[in-house]
Amino acid sequence: MFEGVPLTWFLITGTIMFFVGIYGFLVRKNLITILMSTELILNSVNINFVAFNKILYPDHLEGMFFGIFIIAVAAAEASVAIAIIINIYRRLVNIDVEKMDEMKY
Amino acid sequence: MFAIFSAVIIIFSILTVTSRRILRAATFLLFVLVATGGMYFLLRFNFLAAIQLTLYAGGIVVLIIFSILLTSHIGEKLEKPDMKKIIPAFLAAAFGAVITISTIIQHNFPTEVICGSERTNIRVIAKSLISTEKFGYALPFEVISILLLAAMVGAIILAKKRKD
Repeated sequence: MFEGVPLTWFLITGTIMFFVGIYGFLVRKNLITILMSTELILNSVNINFVAFNKILYPDHLEGMFFGIFIIAVAAAEASVAIAIIINIYRRLVNIDVEKMDEMKY
Repeated sequence: MFAIFSAVIIIFSILTVTSRRILRAATFLLFVLVATGGMYFLLRFNFLAAIQLTLYAGGIVVLIIFSILLTSHIGEKLEKPDMKKIIPAFLAAAFGAVITISTIIQHNFPTEVICGSERTNIRVIAKSLISTEKFGYALPFEVISILLLAAMVGAIILAKKRKD
């Protein structure tokens, strides 16, 4: 299945996904879409970890464990972020980052 | 197989950040995460792929969709980002991607390494998650569990209705 695929292709896929996430992070204004871009970034890092683990060090499992920990951190981050977003929506009735300057002065 | 998953990941991640309907963007994100799970299956990390499908695709996407339904109107389109913002962001992303990809291509990774094609044994995973010896992950495991507890408490407190 993946035996003919060199490591480079996995890394290129991960890189493109990472920078698409960066682009979305910079361009988007809605808080939820920014959160989705963050998920893309975390996921691309996960692909890199797993591909390095399987192709360079097939008898170790470090990459997989770091993948598991990244997924756990992403879940925690998403839950707290969504709680914050809902709280902001309740107070200001929108979630646009450019209109949120309540705490500025 | 790899080409299909890779194409799905790239195309749908671009659609995720450019789609102007937010619910569609969430659906595209779901496709990206499922294709990543497929890539883990391809690399024979079955446990990690199962975690990816249940936690990411099942948990986080559902959470995001719920919060979209709570905070925005369904048919509404997001306003178009202005060119003044798109161009620097695109330049930054393209510049970084070109530098990283050229570095990856120039580096000679060993290609003749024999790939371990057997599946990862779940017993090995469980034992190394709780062992304190070399290649044991007891400390990160405990730290992650405290982090999850703190995140749960924090999310409940933040999203709770105020009395006043």
